[in-house]
Amino acid sequence: MKPAGESNGQGAEAVSKSAGIAVEHLDMIFGDYVVQRDVNFRVEPGRIFVIMGASGCGKSTLLRHMVGLIPPAGGRVCYDGESYWEASEDRQVALRRRFGILFQGGALWSSMTLAENVGLPLGLYTKLSPREIAELASYKLSLVGLRGFEDYLPAEISGGMRKRAGLARAMALDPAILFFDEPSAGLDPLSSYRLDRLLLELRDSLGTTIVVVTHELASIFAIADDCVFLDAESRTAIAWGPPKQLLTQCKQAQVRAFLSRGSQDAG
Amino acid sequence: MPVEGDDLVPAAHDNATSPVSGHDGGARLASEGSLDGTPSRPDGARAPRLIRVGSGGPVLELVVGGSWVLADGLTDPASVKEALAVGAAAGKIETLAVRSEGLEQADSALMVYLTAVHDLALAAGVRFDMSGLGPAIAALVTLARAVPERTGTGHEGGAVPPVDQVGWKALAVLREADSQIRFFGELCLSFGRLIRGRARFRWRDVLEILEDAGPRSLLIVTVIAGLIGMILAFIGAVQLRRFGAGIYVADLVGLAMTREMAAVMTGIVIAGKTGAAFAARIGTMQAQEEIDALTSLGLSPIDFLVLPRVIGLALMMPLLYLYACGVGLAGGMLIGTTVLDLSPIEYWQQTQLALHPSQFLIGFGKSVVFGALVAIAGCMRGIRCGRSAAAVGEATTSAVVTAILYIIITDAAFAVLLEIYGL
Repeated sequence: MKPAGESNGQGAEAVSKSAGIAVEHLDMIFGDYVVQRDVNFRVEPGRIFVIMGASGCGKSTLLRHMVGLIPPAGGRVCYDGESYWEASEDRQVALRRRFGILFQGGALWSSMTLAENVGLPLGLYTKLSPREIAELASYKLSLVGLRGFEDYLPAEISGGMRKRAGLARAMALDPAILFFDEPSAGLDPLSSYRLDRLLLELRDSLGTTIVVVTHELASIFAIADDCVFLDAESRTAIAWGPPKQLLTQCKQAQVRAFLSRGSQDAG
Repeated sequence: MPVEGDDLVPAAHDNATSPVSGHDGGARLASEGSLDGTPSRPDGARAPRLIRVGSGGPVLELVVGGSWVLADGLTDPASVKEALAVGAAAGKIETLAVRSEGLEQADSALMVYLTAVHDLALAAGVRFDMSGLGPAIAALVTLARAVPERTGTGHEGGAVPPVDQVGWKALAVLREADSQIRFFGELCLSFGRLIRGRARFRWRDVLEILEDAGPRSLLIVTVIAGLIGMILAFIGAVQLRRFGAGIYVADLVGLAMTREMAAVMTGIVIAGKTGAAFAARIGTMQAQEEIDALTSLGLSPIDFLVLPRVIGLALMMPLLYLYACGVGLAGGMLIGTTVLDLSPIEYWQQTQLALHPSQFLIGFGKSVVFGALVAIAGCMRGIRCGRSAAAVGEATTSAVVTAILYIIITDAAFAVLLEIYGL
């Protein structure tokens, strides 16, 4: 792993310093198609925040706006008060370095082994030697139960394992904020449970801020400190708060129906 | 109660006076037996479809029966539409009541018909009463219409008028040009970073690309360049022999190979082989969010993916060019010595006389440019690829077409420039 040019080597400095996120009046619009409009919420540092909503309501799109992959049509995404999209390019890269992202399918780089996948961010942003990087990558992989798979290519392992390897990569730089796009989709119930436990542990031991996109009710109730509900009909966020509170006290019937699997269907 | 063929009344205004045989108790669809207790026909033939529309006061009654199987096609609810229109003109219909009678078999054919009738009733502002249908059928109709049609998806609007189409196509061409210029711009910035030592990529990727484009392409380049040399020699031989100038075949083959054919043909071969592979590889990475993963890590996909490929091909293509020249000249010599009875030494000396080192330099320079262009076309199509398997396929095809287009256009530009400078 030898990227050209010097690496700036500041990555480790952000370790376990948790960060708060504020989404203000965010508009997500592609051409004439409005995905969501005027979305507002705040993610408290060191908490697990869930973005929920029906399939196709724009949850993953919201996540992509938050992590700097899609510029918003309007509104701001602020990290500790600093607006991401108004920051300079260098500053954006610096902010991104504090993120770890687990994409839906794992999104491992298919031409690299698992160890190389996990090691690439380390090689970019730390001054560790190749041997140290290999050791760290191996440790991160063991955290997600993939010890011994260092030299496998992504195509040689199962979908669930790819996802876990993606998680190891997301955690490589001990990021302040972890983003998860549908982490438990495609995982068996036990793996999904273990993943939930891992998230809780990351929050408690490292104080990592965690943002999860999901519609798995069991996970939502197990891990979420706060959540926001994106409504597909009105195309905006209609509820924000702790899930248990939303289940009993939310004024919006569709939120209660969602959280109770339809058994509190107001219709 | 088997239904006879003449019960099928497509026209409206039949008085609905036939005795009601009771509601269907059946809850099965597409089952072999009857849905309301009537035994199946022993001969296995299907009963014809029964549709009877009769109006009595404010209630328009629709009776469906017989066999509704997809194998017999779908039925248009024209009779219901007509009856509703007539009823609406008289201003008396309040309810459209559907019931089944002697329904033997029913699958989606009946469901499509009933949902269409349901929509007609709704459009006419008439209450739709399904209590005369079996509960299973009624439930499926309700389910099909439970969620309102999603609008505002950007997929509305039927046929686009021809003038609009021309306009949209023109705008698409502009957008495409804009997209290509942007990509070249991004690549220039990326080269700027490379020069300042700030571009991040793996030199190992360059080596892999060199290997893939070089040694693994030798066989195909040998075949193509050899044959091209022979074809040129043949064409030359047929024409020049008439004037007793057969020896000049060596000049023809030598000049054509070194100035044009070797560079262009290797460019086209590599476009089909390596350029397409670049597009497929990068397109798949795009489809699987791998490029997003790079971007989110603060790595530029242009630096990390495109730069090593452009460097790799720009380095390897000139070597392939030299090899292709050699093979092409050898092919020409083979024809020259066999068809024209020239001695190899004669042919070789004539070739040496004809070729000035500048010819090689011209072809060499072209091949560097072509290599870069093939890589750029492949990477650009890959990076701009959509997120589906079909999009990857399109990107691959389009990469080859774009690369060949770039090569030919650039070659033409070279020809004009070299003419101007008298080279």
